[in-house]
Amino acid sequence: MRAVSLFTSTALALAIALPAAAQDILTIYTYDSFTSDWGPGPVIEAAFEAECGCEVNFVAVADGVALLNRLRLEGQNTQADIVLGLDTNLVVEAKDTGLFVPHDISLDNVDVPGGWEDDIFVPYDYGYFAFVYDTEAVETPPASLRELVEGGPEPAIVIQDPRTSTPGLGLMLWVKHVYGDEAEAAWAQLSERVVTVTPGWSESYGLFTSGEVPMVLSYTTSPAYHIIAEETERYQAAAFEEGHYMQIELAGITTRGQENPLARQFMEFMTGPGFQDAIPETNWMYPAGATSEPLNPAFDRMVAPSQPLLFTPEEVAENRRAWVDEWLSVMSR
Amino acid sequence: MAVRDEPLRRGFPIEPRVGAGLAALAAIAVLIGGAFAGMIGEAARDWSGAVSAFDGYMMRVARFTLWQAALSTLLSVVPALFVARALARHPRFFGRAAILRLFGVPLALPALVAALGVLALYGRAGYFAEPLGWLHGGRWPGIYGLSGILVAHVFFNLPLATRLFLHALETIPADQWRLAAQLGMNGRATFRLLEWPVLRASLSGVAALVFMLCITSFTIVLLLGGGPRATTLEVAIYQALRFDFDPARAIALIGLQLALVTAAIFLITRLGADAAADRGLPVAPARPALAGPLERVLNAVLILAALAFVAGPMAAIVTAGLEADLARLAADPAVHAATATSLVLAVLAAILSVSLAYAMVSARGVLAQAGRRGRPSLLERAMGEWAAFVLVIPPIVIGAGWFVLLRQTGQLFALAPVMVVTVNAVMAVPFAIRAIRPAHDAAAARHDRLAASLGMSGMSRWRLVDWPVLRRPLLTALAFAMALSLGDLGVIALFGSDAVQTLPYLLLQRMGAYRTADAAGLALFLGILCLLLMSLADTRPTARR
Repeated sequence: MRAVSLFTSTALALAIALPAAAQDILTIYTYDSFTSDWGPGPVIEAAFEAECGCEVNFVAVADGVALLNRLRLEGQNTQADIVLGLDTNLVVEAKDTGLFVPHDISLDNVDVPGGWEDDIFVPYDYGYFAFVYDTEAVETPPASLRELVEGGPEPAIVIQDPRTSTPGLGLMLWVKHVYGDEAEAAWAQLSERVVTVTPGWSESYGLFTSGEVPMVLSYTTSPAYHIIAEETERYQAAAFEEGHYMQIELAGITTRGQENPLARQFMEFMTGPGFQDAIPETNWMYPAGATSEPLNPAFDRMVAPSQPLLFTPEEVAENRRAWVDEWLSVMSR
Repeated sequence: MAVRDEPLRRGFPIEPRVGAGLAALAAIAVLIGGAFAGMIGEAARDWSGAVSAFDGYMMRVARFTLWQAALSTLLSVVPALFVARALARHPRFFGRAAILRLFGVPLALPALVAALGVLALYGRAGYFAEPLGWLHGGRWPGIYGLSGILVAHVFFNLPLATRLFLHALETIPADQWRLAAQLGMNGRATFRLLEWPVLRASLSGVAALVFMLCITSFTIVLLLGGGPRATTLEVAIYQALRFDFDPARAIALIGLQLALVTAAIFLITRLGADAAADRGLPVAPARPALAGPLERVLNAVLILAALAFVAGPMAAIVTAGLEADLARLAADPAVHAATATSLVLAVLAAILSVSLAYAMVSARGVLAQAGRRGRPSLLERAMGEWAAFVLVIPPIVIGAGWFVLLRQTGQLFALAPVMVVTVNAVMAVPFAIRAIRPAHDAAAARHDRLAASLGMSGMSRWRLVDWPVLRRPLLTALAFAMALSLGDLGVIALFGSDAVQTLPYLLLQRMGAYRTADAAGLALFLGILCLLLMSLADTRPTARR
């Protein structure tokens, strides 16, 4: 596996040196769970390569934030034609780098709740944050965010730090969306329930599945994994009356990719079934476009949020630091 | 061409051993300096982050960082002194070799795995939750907070400190023990006259090492601290770089961290003293047991208590690991590839690390001999205590700095493994120094004059005099460095992680993709691998004893 990636990267370096071959390769920067053996990467790579007769090269870093930083560091020297894996909260900062160009593709195939319009980024999947609970430990989960915040210390929860984790940031925005100016007081109340705040989703989910906490901040689609891959109904997501905060994952073409015709071809491919079919059961998110077959019935049993909640990228960019500071001041009391 | 060493000496007026030490020091300086050059170049665009870093919150963080590190060090090092002494006094204690190997395992465990192991015992739903809840009077809330951080840090560092102290104790020549026995010295007297001097000599170094490890703790503090009220500067540095990408702020915080550690290490070094090593040659074969019946029982209790504390979380890790589909994991090509990658990188890093450490220990020895009176020179200190300061530089900073420097080359994929090996090697140098130095210095004191009078030098001296004595400490250092290198990957966070897929990386990746059972299985596998390494390092020389 590694030997192969070293080999391909050497091959890539050679190929760049040979202009004739350069246009037959598409380099995509993404996060590493996308390219892992069980992620969507391998399936999508094969599907697109069959269609374009070209070679797709994934370069994976830890997550969406690392992706943006890697790009900032490389600047105009970046090898990426496409960057795949940023979310709406990173859009403004990504555009500020000046490294992205308009995608120029039709968004007719794109289907995300609330609609999508942007000339630079194209969604490829989306999901909703939710509290997932262990049915063996929790009989009646909270029915709303307010109930969670105001309902006392049990069932206890584990959440993630908004400074270091995407779901953690999502929950902070969720509380802000529901509580507005009273978010500070809400966090003070909610903190009674919080057993611990982990740096990332993995640590939280590990604590949850090991039985240490009965409820964890995750996604509405998390139970689908347990139903489909583990054949257990034990873990369920709690539906909240106020609606659930959304995460939309995006891809964009870089200034380098502008020169590569494969980049646009891939973006169009991304909105079609060849790409979208892989998303639900490898990335455990909802597809942002039509799939060739209906989703596994397990997905029909997931919580369907009464209302998708989402701040605009501009609102997040403008307020994030202040809101995180507010969160920090309450939680570190 | 140089015949003998005369002409060489004239051209290169430095003792070769000192020269090697200087080269090692220079290599480390280049690694760290290069990273800072890259970071400062990047930060020069906008320094505003550096100023805003110092607010009230950061001061509270700094205070907590120091407080938890000081307590963790105290709780790890003081018990380790007594556990090491107990182990040293009972060379035939049942299962002693196995205990020592087990004590090498925590080094290689990713912090997350260890934290989950600790929580499996003392967490809200841990094995001890019921008795603890009964003591607590009500439902056990788990050991989140300072106590959780301390338990996990002691789990990591007590075994490490014990092994390092034991190495120091093993340098006491057998003749001294025999003399002590002939003089009828009791436990207290032997402790005061024989054991304490060598322990004291390594105390400051070991305490400094543990302190630095605790100060830079990250995952454990966040996971077991119970929320952002318990957080360290390292977390803030990581956040500044990894998430906000604010190099100026990161540099300012590293500056603060370095200043605090320097002050703390200054205090810690007051604890220790460089003992003058005994110059007699050991002639007696093994030392007789000195412990009386009461002491024997006390020592056994002490050793078993430490064993229970360290083995508890490990047993939880094993239990969780056994629930995984181990057969499938063992047949998984990704696991094979990751194991091979881990081992290759760890072997390379360990060899580099031990070479650097040995060069520095040896050079420091020569310098210390030369300036025996007076205070140790700056260079001598640089090769002794200061080398440990590399631990305070977060690997992600080194990675980011070099990334900036190298980004023009377009060869970042190929460089990722090089970065991992180099940074892991340098991060393991302080451990290797601790493992090698007591035996090296004791041997140098004993053998230098004799070797000089016999006209022995170079390879023949190394083969006949140094190697037999240093074999075990060098192998231990190698095993430590390998164990450590199996772990960290922070350095390549920006390089592209799929270029270097190691076992801990695979473990965290599976954990991040709902495959918790796989992760538990891999943790078990990692532990076994480390245990094997420690066993290899412990193999005794077959002949010549």
